[in-house]
Amino acid sequence: MRRITIDPITRLEGHGKIEIFLNDAGEVENSYFQVPELRGFEKFAEGRLAEDMPQITQRICGVCPEAHHMASTKALDDLFHVEPPEPAKKLRELMYSAFYVTDHITHFYILGGPDFIMGPEAPVAERNILGVIAKVGLELGSAVIRTRKQNHHIIHMLAGRAVHPVFGQPGGVSKGLNEEERKEVEQIAKDSVEFARLSLKVFDDIVLKNKEYVDMITSDAYTHRTYYMGLVDKKNKVNFYDGKVRVVDPEGKEFAKYSPRQYLDHVAEHVEPWTYIKFPFLKNVGWKGFVDGKSSGVFRVAPLARLNAADGMATPLAQEAYEKMYATLGGKPVHHTLAMHWARLVETLYAAERLLELSQDPEITSPNIRTIPTATPDEGVGIVEAPRGTLTHHYITDKRGVIKKANLIVATVNNAAAVNMSVNKAARALIKPGREITEGLLNRIEMAWRPYDLCLACASHTLPGRSPVPIYVYDSQGKLINSLSG
Amino acid sequence: MAKLKLALYWAASCGGCEIAQLEIGDKILKLAEAADIVFWPVAIDVKYKDVEAMPAQSIDVCLFNGAIRNSEQEHMAKMLRDKSRVMIAYGSCAYEGGIPGLANLYNRQVIFERVYLETPSTENKDKVMPQTRYQAPEGELVIPEFYDTAKTLRQTVDVDYVIPGCPPEEKTTWLALEALLEGKLPPKGTVITHNVKAVCDDCPRKRDVKRVKKFYRTFEIIPDPEICLLEQGLLCAGIATRGGCGAPCPQANMPCTGCYGPVDGVIDQGAHFISAVASVIDSNEPNEIQKIIDDILDPVGTFYRYSLPDSLLRRARIR
Repeated sequence: MRRITIDPITRLEGHGKIEIFLNDAGEVENSYFQVPELRGFEKFAEGRLAEDMPQITQRICGVCPEAHHMASTKALDDLFHVEPPEPAKKLRELMYSAFYVTDHITHFYILGGPDFIMGPEAPVAERNILGVIAKVGLELGSAVIRTRKQNHHIIHMLAGRAVHPVFGQPGGVSKGLNEEERKEVEQIAKDSVEFARLSLKVFDDIVLKNKEYVDMITSDAYTHRTYYMGLVDKKNKVNFYDGKVRVVDPEGKEFAKYSPRQYLDHVAEHVEPWTYIKFPFLKNVGWKGFVDGKSSGVFRVAPLARLNAADGMATPLAQEAYEKMYATLGGKPVHHTLAMHWARLVETLYAAERLLELSQDPEITSPNIRTIPTATPDEGVGIVEAPRGTLTHHYITDKRGVIKKANLIVATVNNAAAVNMSVNKAARALIKPGREITEGLLNRIEMAWRPYDLCLACASHTLPGRSPVPIYVYDSQGKLINSLSG
Repeated sequence: MAKLKLALYWAASCGGCEIAQLEIGDKILKLAEAADIVFWPVAIDVKYKDVEAMPAQSIDVCLFNGAIRNSEQEHMAKMLRDKSRVMIAYGSCAYEGGIPGLANLYNRQVIFERVYLETPSTENKDKVMPQTRYQAPEGELVIPEFYDTAKTLRQTVDVDYVIPGCPPEEKTTWLALEALLEGKLPPKGTVITHNVKAVCDDCPRKRDVKRVKKFYRTFEIIPDPEICLLEQGLLCAGIATRGGCGAPCPQANMPCTGCYGPVDGVIDQGAHFISAVASVIDSNEPNEIQKIIDDILDPVGTFYRYSLPDSLLRRARIR
C-alpha cells in the first residue's frame, strides 16, 4: 500500500495533517484528516472567573478571537441573567460585522480565491495573492489590503485591541463610540459595501464566465449531500450575532430549530482514536460514520451552510446576490463544496451592509452601554456564527460566578467529518491507477478542504508563491518516491 | 550586505502572534527587502525535511511563538535552536507559557477525561481516547504525544531575546525587527519593549493614593473613565506588568491582565502583583483584611494569567 502524506497543513486552527492510502492497484483505499494538537480549554476554564472567559477563550484562536469573545460574552448575559441595553447589542454587532468583512476577504483573496483566479493548475509561483494582484490589478490589490486594515481599525477603536479584544462584559460592553468615531465607521462601511460588490463582480468575471470552473464547482468530486446549520433571525434570515440555530436536511427542509440553551438536544460529538479533534453530528439522526445523505448525522456549517439553512439575507444587495447564486446553481440547497467561496462573498456584502446600517443607527453613540447584573449566576449558553461556522460556549458556575464546568463546540470542529469526507471523495475521483500524481492534481485535492476556510493567518501576500502544503508520496515500505512541494 | 535569513514558527498557540506579525502592515515590505523568510509554516512551503537539511546556525534569527505542550513542538524547538544563531521567544506563550499554560493546573489524564469523556455533548460509550500511535486498517497513524505539563521555550532550549505580549503590539514587534535588521542587538536575555517600567507609566489614567477597602469584579462596577482602575478597586495588573504596550486595555475601560510579563528584575510576576495588591489594602485589622482578600476568588487566573509555567509555582502537583 502506498501512502501520500500532507504534513503539515498549516492553514487551519491548530496544526493539521492528511494521510491518503493507495492500494496496490493505485486506487485510493482511504484517507484521514488528522488534527495533532489539543490545548484543553474545557478543563482549565474550571476555577476561572466567568467574566474572564471572553478574554481567556479567545486565545483558542487568534485569527477569529472576536468570535470566541462574542460567543462567550453572550453566554455571560445568559449566565448572569442580564439583558444588555439595545445600544450595547448594536455595538457588539457593529464590531462583529467589521470583523466579518476583514475575515472573509482575507480568505477569498489570499487563501481560497487564488485557486480560481489563477486556476487550479496554474504554476505554483503564481497561485497566490501576488499572482492575484498581477491578474486583477494593483488597484484592486491595494483595496484588499486597505479594506482589511480599515475594518481592523474599527475593532481596535471599539474593542481596545485588534487581536484579542477586551470590551465584552455580561450586560453590555466596556466602551462606546463617539460621533467622530461613528463618522469614521460610516465611511469605512460605505467603502466596504463597494468593495464587496466589486469582489462579487470579480467572481462573476473570472469564475462564472469560465465554463470549466462552473463544471468543476458542480462536479460530483466536490459534492456532498448533507444537513446544513446556521443562525437565523426571526424572519429566518442569516444572522451572525444572534437568533436561533436552524438545521435543514439534504432536501432543504427545516429539520430542527433551536435556542442556544437547547443545543445538547441536537448536537453530539463522536471521538476517533487517530486524531485530537472530535466529530460533531446531529444527535437525532445519529453517527453513521464518514458518509453523507439523509440517514447520516453529518452536517456542515460556514458560509454555504448558513445560506442553505436560511430563507435569505436581511439586507437588499446581499439578498440580490443570494438569489443570483441559487438561480445559477439550480436552486436550494446547494451541495457543492466549492460554492462556499461564492457564499462567502454574498456574506461579505451582507456584513458590510449591516455595518453601514449600524453605523447610521441613531442609538449607536448612546452612552447607555451596560446593565450591571444583579441576579445570581448559574448556567449560560452563548451561540454566534463564527466565519467558520456555528460556535457554542456553555458554562456552569457556582453562585459566585466561578466556572465549574465549560463545554465548547468550536466552529471549524463542526465541519471535521465533512472535511474528511471531502478530501476522501476528491482523492478517489482524481487519483486513478496509471495517472501521474502531479502537483496540480494534488492541488485539486487540496481544493476540497480550502473552501471550509480552515485557515490560520493571512500572510501569503507578502511572500513568494510556493505551495503552502508539502506533499510526499511514499511506497509501502515508507520510501520517499516523489516530492511534490514548492 | 547579505540578506538576513529569518524563520518564524509556532507551537502551542492560537495564531494571534502570526496576525500580530502581519499587523506591522506596510513595514512588511521593508522587512522583505532586508530579510529572506526561509521558514514560515503559516504562509510558505513547510518542509520539515528542508529545515532538517539546513546546516547548523544557518538561520540568522528565529521568531518562535507558542508554548511547548507536545512532542512535536519540543522536537521543532530543539531543531530550530540548532539551526538558528539567534532564538527569540515571541509572545506570552513562548515567553511564559501563556494562557495554554493554565492547563498546568491539571494534567493530561484529567484534560483527556474532560474533553473526550465527560463533556455533555460527547457520545463515547466505548471510551475511545486519541492514541499517539494507532493501527488503522490501511496503516499506522501517528499524532504527537500530549505532555502533562506545558513548558516555556526557555525551559526547553536556550533563548536569546524575548518579545512579550499576547500578542505583542505592532510597535513592539517592529522595535525588535528594526534592531535585528540594523544589527543593533541588545545584550543577551533582553526583553525588548519601549518601556522597561510598568504599564502604569504608559497609562493616561490619573493616579492618586491607592487605598482599597473592597476589590470589585469587572462586571460589578462601571469605572470612572479617568481614574486609575486599581484605585477604584479593580485588580489591574498594570502595576506589576512591563509597559511598552501603550496601555490599550485600561483605555478601553478594562484592567490590564498582565500579558507583557514582569518588569525588569522580577522573577515571579504573580508574586509581585500579589505584593502590590497587599500594599494597597486599606486596613490593619486581620479580620477585615481577610474579608477583603476573600473576594479574590481566582488567584491563579488573576495573578498568573499568562505566567504560570514560568513562575516559581510552575504547575499544580500531580497526585
